[in-house]
Amino acid sequence: MVDSIVDIKTTTKADKVSTNQIKIQVKHFNFYYDTVQALKNIQMDIRMNTVVGIIGPSGCGKSTFLRCFNRMNDTINGIRYEGVIEIDGRNIFDKTLDVVDLRREVGMVFQKSNPFPKSIFENVAYGLKINGIKDQNFIAERVEYSLRGAALWDEVKDRLNKSAFALSGGQQQRLCIARALAVEPEVLLLDEPASALDPIATAKVEELIHELKKKYTILIVTHNMQQAARVSDYTAFFMMGELKEYDVTNKIFTNPKEKITEDYVTGRFG
Amino acid sequence: MIHFRKTFMELNVSVKEKKRFLSSAVQDKIVHYIFLLNGIFTVIILIGIFALLFSTAIPTFKEVDLFGFLAGLEWNPTSYVKEQYGIVPMLVSTFMVTLGALAIAIPIGIGAAAYLSDVASPKVREIVKPVVELLAGIPSVVIGFLGIVIVGPFLAKVFGLYNGLNALNGSILLAVMALPTIISISEDALSSVPQSYDQASLALGASKWQTVVRVKIPAALSGIIAACMLGMGRAIGETMTVLMATGCAPAMPESFLGPVRTLTSTIAIELGEVAYNTTHYYALFAVGLVLFIITFIVNFISDTILHRYEKVHR
Repeated sequence: MVDSIVDIKTTTKADKVSTNQIKIQVKHFNFYYDTVQALKNIQMDIRMNTVVGIIGPSGCGKSTFLRCFNRMNDTINGIRYEGVIEIDGRNIFDKTLDVVDLRREVGMVFQKSNPFPKSIFENVAYGLKINGIKDQNFIAERVEYSLRGAALWDEVKDRLNKSAFALSGGQQQRLCIARALAVEPEVLLLDEPASALDPIATAKVEELIHELKKKYTILIVTHNMQQAARVSDYTAFFMMGELKEYDVTNKIFTNPKEKITEDYVTGRFG
Repeated sequence: MIHFRKTFMELNVSVKEKKRFLSSAVQDKIVHYIFLLNGIFTVIILIGIFALLFSTAIPTFKEVDLFGFLAGLEWNPTSYVKEQYGIVPMLVSTFMVTLGALAIAIPIGIGAAAYLSDVASPKVREIVKPVVELLAGIPSVVIGFLGIVIVGPFLAKVFGLYNGLNALNGSILLAVMALPTIISISEDALSSVPQSYDQASLALGASKWQTVVRVKIPAALSGIIAACMLGMGRAIGETMTVLMATGCAPAMPESFLGPVRTLTSTIAIELGEVAYNTTHYYALFAVGLVLFIITFIVNFISDTILHRYEKVHR
């Protein structure tokens, strides 16, 4: 494996290179399902307020990797990890860290939209309520703020008390994004958020990601190469549990260092 | 394509050559009628039961007025002075014992179901769930026996009573009998809540407890209500246990610590000794009819709740 940490300073192209401070550092990270090693010695730095696209063929470990950042893998029996993931310099696997706090800081949106069987309002308010917020005015304000943030407010403002299941697929997915935004996370994990959506709804979600970047650091797993090219600043290419290449998106898609990356992004396999 | 058709025809011929006793169309028809007959038979039996109950109950009201029956405070059909046919004491008894049982069984049942579906390891669940379901197979007379020899003396000791055969005893036993149903069906309902709800809730920083209480139980509510209603149905109709454990005084119940006599135990106690085709005999059928109507109403209400819930959440 070639050293895949991007040295930002030596990247000559000026395109989209961020000089923001580093938000997340992944150091020598290994992950196992029982005896199967799903991630192998991952090294990666992620800068604040950037979008990192994670691409790779099915089963390459990209979803597993994404679910490490909010430790959602903890719910699976028989998993094991080695190494460190630091967010703002703090190891998320630290024994003293409460996983509940971590998940409030690292929001997640799933592949399939999964609103609760509650009203639209209650869906967004859920994260606030479980955090013990009781002030109804504050909740109402934050719900509106989050729905606006997810570009859904104008479509649902007249029917906040209707069931979330009455929304279209694309609206449901943006509702899930709004729900994640309501607890004011710092990092957003998006696991193929548009894979079940039609092109128009996908475009809306992508537009939203551009907008959200201003406030959040975003990791997005996607199967769709064009989507990765469109929305992400940096792209990480995974293959068989290894991080094969990680660089500025433009470079990955036009001039990758690795032959295998080129083969993948040009669609020669996948 | 032609080749395919040919082979298919050959196949068809070979099937025909086997010479069936009946053509498949006739077979289908026979099966159809067998099932239809079964369906009709069930309905006829149900209607028959209701008709018998109704026709035998009606003569009661030649001698007893309906108001006196439904609102009378005394049940004394064998009095030498004046026979009394008021079912209020038995109605109150039935409701006390049933509601008491539900008050005990519902919290424990939902708690146990949540434990089995969300907390217990798969190994524990595999052992505990069948055991809980086995509990439903214990004959009611055995439960009643336990009520007399264990729960009764225990209650007598705790509350300083002469004996422990009272409404509370009946409630505790009925709760034990309703628990397997409530736990088993609630657990099914909770387990069938999509994993994606758990995941979404956990990813928002909810604890396991919050996820169960705020997401899973509301999502499984229709199943849980159905479970509780089924448990209630069992509690209302149960006879032997309450007969043995509740003291059976046919007077207006005074408290949970006093003896009560439910609709069911009244029928069970008196029907064996009553003279055929007397007013008393008819009145017991009228009590049965009341019981039938109560269970019907309970089922109807639970059905309505379920449908309304489904409309909101689908």
